[in-house]
Amino acid sequence: MKLTLKIWRQASPKAKGEFKTYQVDGISPDTSFLEMLDILNNDLIHKGEEPVAFDHDCREGICGMCSLYIDGHAHGPDTEITTCQLHMRKFKDGDTITIEPWRSRAFPVIKDLVVNRSAYDQILQAGGFISVNTGGVPDANAIPIPKKNADESMDAAACIGCGACVATCKNGSAMLFVAARVSSLALLPQGKVEGARRAKAMVSKMEELGFGGCTNTRACEAECPKGISVAHIARLNREFLSAKLKD
Amino acid sequence: MNSFDSKAPAGDLAQKWSKHKAAIKVVSPANKRKLDIIVVGTGLGGASAAASLAELGYNVKVFCIQDSPRRAHSIAAQGGINAAKNYQNDNDSVYRLFYDTIKGGDYRAREANVYRLAEVSNLIIDQCVAQGVPFAREYGGLLDNRSFGGAQVSRTFYARGQTGQQLLLGAYAALNRNIGLGRVKSYPRHEMLDVVLIDGEARGIIARNLVTGEIERHGAHAVVIASGGYGNVFFLSTNAMNSNGSAAWQCYKKGAFFANPCYTQIHPTCIPKHGDQQSKLTLMSESLRNDGRIWVPKKLEDVKKLRAKQIKPSDIAEEDRDYYLERRYPAFGNLVPRDVASRAAKERCDAGFGVNETGLAVFLDFKSAIERLGKDVIKARYGNLFQMYEKITDTNPYEQPMQIFPAVHYTMGGIWVDYNLMTTIPGLYAIGEANFSDHGANRLGASALMQGLADGYFVLPYTIGDYLSRHIQDKKVDVSNPAFDEAEKAVIDKINKIFSIKGKQTVDDLHKKLGNIMWEYVGMARDEAGLKKAIEEIKELRAEFWKDVYVPGKEGDFNPEIEKAVRLADFLEIGELMARDALNRNESCGGHFRVEYQTEEGEAKRDDENYNYVAAWQYNGSDAEPTLHKEMLNFEYIKVAQRNYKD
Ligand SMILES: Cc1cc2nc3c(=O)[nH]c(=O)nc-3n(C[C@H](O)[C@H](O)[C@H](O)COP(=O)(O)OP(=O)(O)OC[C@H]3O[C@@H](n4cnc5c(N)ncnc54)[C@H](O)[C@@H]3O)c2cc1C
Ligand code: SF4
Ligand code: FES
Repeated sequence: MKLTLKIWRQASPKAKGEFKTYQVDGISPDTSFLEMLDILNNDLIHKGEEPVAFDHDCREGICGMCSLYIDGHAHGPDTEITTCQLHMRKFKDGDTITIEPWRSRAFPVIKDLVVNRSAYDQILQAGGFISVNTGGVPDANAIPIPKKNADESMDAAACIGCGACVATCKNGSAMLFVAARVSSLALLPQGKVEGARRAKAMVSKMEELGFGGCTNTRACEAECPKGISVAHIARLNREFLSAKLKD
Repeated sequence: MNSFDSKAPAGDLAQKWSKHKAAIKVVSPANKRKLDIIVVGTGLGGASAAASLAELGYNVKVFCIQDSPRRAHSIAAQGGINAAKNYQNDNDSVYRLFYDTIKGGDYRAREANVYRLAEVSNLIIDQCVAQGVPFAREYGGLLDNRSFGGAQVSRTFYARGQTGQQLLLGAYAALNRNIGLGRVKSYPRHEMLDVVLIDGEARGIIARNLVTGEIERHGAHAVVIASGGYGNVFFLSTNAMNSNGSAAWQCYKKGAFFANPCYTQIHPTCIPKHGDQQSKLTLMSESLRNDGRIWVPKKLEDVKKLRAKQIKPSDIAEEDRDYYLERRYPAFGNLVPRDVASRAAKERCDAGFGVNETGLAVFLDFKSAIERLGKDVIKARYGNLFQMYEKITDTNPYEQPMQIFPAVHYTMGGIWVDYNLMTTIPGLYAIGEANFSDHGANRLGASALMQGLADGYFVLPYTIGDYLSRHIQDKKVDVSNPAFDEAEKAVIDKINKIFSIKGKQTVDDLHKKLGNIMWEYVGMARDEAGLKKAIEEIKELRAEFWKDVYVPGKEGDFNPEIEKAVRLADFLEIGELMARDALNRNESCGGHFRVEYQTEEGEAKRDDENYNYVAAWQYNGSDAEPTLHKEMLNFEYIKVAQRNYKD
């Protein structure tokens, strides 16, 4: 396959970025999207040019490190996968592909396609945990948990913290990400105990860090590579409300 | 020389750990507040250790390469975690888990460590549930289990196909809580480039801020290495792209012994390589072998037709299929340990039965399971893995069998540690995949997660106190000490040197060459001539790297190419030690298969008389040969036998 790539280049957080155009040739439809970028980078280095910086690690759709806005979609045109799981057979020979970083106030660009998502960590540090120390906990089977709850909790816990929901949202809201964590813990008896406090701490941290509010456009759900449902936002709101009532 | 004593306590096996805990010293809460600990790595080992140590009151600094601790390579583990809970009432026990692990490791692990691992395994599951890890459950609300290779009981706990993710999110949450409370300071996008010793004891690290390129000094009273495995020395592996051996290697170069570097796990069920443009291989979880059956055609003419795409696998009649694992190993069938399954696949492919164009693939088939249980059950069990497979290969595994082939997956070798998980350098610890400790020559499935969390939650927090109790009077480490100057200068010089070469080959070009040498000569089948050749070729390639690598950009910037180059420089040394160790070990055991040493049936043939030891290598300088130290393995409780998975 022969492709034209329009890629966002930005030397540093403060630098002004711009699109640059590149050609790649001889790409097999079986290569992954990131392997295609590896090939481009190897060519660029051979030509003495600077390779395109992008984040990636597991290349299996689980670490949440890869990002990329591809032709106007977070993680590209395919559904329920991350960029690293996208394969070139989804494109046609001769296509022009536009590649951009996540664009959101809370995720500033570090270089080219790499952004800083540490705000996500900060939200979780504010409350995304169950307050137990190591050791001294009851037997794992001491509290039975209905399978349905455990399964739903797992659905929410599948979030990989990639940031696609924020990048997609016109308000730059992190609501889906926060809701996934709150909901996953609230569905379990162990997490229920401090559910209200958790919801409140995480939401106020989110607001403090410059993420926008949620106006229920559901764009996040459509682009989430893990199919996290906006139903979790409703559960977050319930938790949040109960926190407010207790105040 | 530093201490090279396993410190494995004497006495009754089942009492060793509790007696040891009672005997070692503890540090009072007031003194813990004065002590600093550096943890390098935030996988299951590092995150669990950092959180637990912080809860005890130590000041912790934690480092990782990724942009968040949550993205450490452990996140990618799929299948599950073992524990001896015996919830299934299938006669599991601490002893049985211990026994299976020693046997699975082909009798090359330390009894005392393995027993302790089995003993604390149950605490891990309790801890994870308390943290809110959503393990799979039965309708009655209790925890579900599945089976993994090398075991005849069901002791593997899992969270769909994302067990590593969920366990890591649990440990990461504990870490976050402690970061929020100000007990841990986190340094993401930071790479440790050297360990600093003062008077022979570990007192800090030199790290590079990967965003700014700045070189930083960090001091502490103890340093814990939890940097994972070095499987990426093969270029292609199932490890994450940033996984590397450099942190461990710097410890080796500073005097920590490196143990059993040749023990490499080649995982039998990975998606076959598609071509030369590939950067990484993808694992298909071992859990699939619970319901999937592995086969190749019996007739070579069917193989030909398959390769020419004249027939589909489903066209081949039942009686024309060779379920070779079930044929060769009736007792364990498709659930033999990984090394056995991988070699059996290679044997069939070498004999010409490989089922794809490259001849390097076998089938993993769910037909019988779907017929027996229905598509829905299979979907509930493996849905995300099937989806992953389809996205990558464009084939629907509900209709046609998966194609799989062995790939490099895990390194049993690593930094040598004693029973306290301390290396031969006082104050320097190694946990998780970075150490060599518990898996002998072959790790059983679902046991790496168990070991990482055992080390981090339940072993290191106890044992580190024994060392630190002797340092409660020590002041804060002064990073202006000349030892830091020297280490920092060496790091800066190395980076500048690499930039200055401006040769013609990219880091990946050279890394692929190394990968080819490793796979060819230090891969699934090794022999004397090949290993000698590998040592020479790696040396030449190393020289080529230092003459001809080209790293674009400049220092003092975000630059993934220089990161990769620094790691490759170390891989080019690690590879040589692996070959050397493999050459020394004139036997076959677990993941180390020497063609010269096999039984008539082609099974690994150990030599217990001469090689019943851990090979621990000591660095003597870049051009000198390393010194081999032997830790003899003393089996008091287990009768050493030829592994048998047939009956
Ligand atoms: C695809 C796959 C599936 C697996 N599935 C299973 C399974 O089902 N069950 C099982 O038991 N095991 C499984 N394993 C094995 C298991 O996942 C790993 O062995 C284990 O997670 C390793 O954990 P760790 O904490 O030692 O290191 P890792 O998780 O590898 O973490 C290493 C950490 O060290 C950091 N680091 C490395 N070098 C440096 C440096 N120089 N400076 C700073 N930080 C550094 C990294 O950033 C990272 O945070 C699987 C492995 C793979 C590849
Ligand atoms: S909710 Fe979905 S899109 Fe948002 S961070 Fe999690 S996985 Fe990514
Ligand atoms: S690289 Fe890990 S999710 Fe894409």
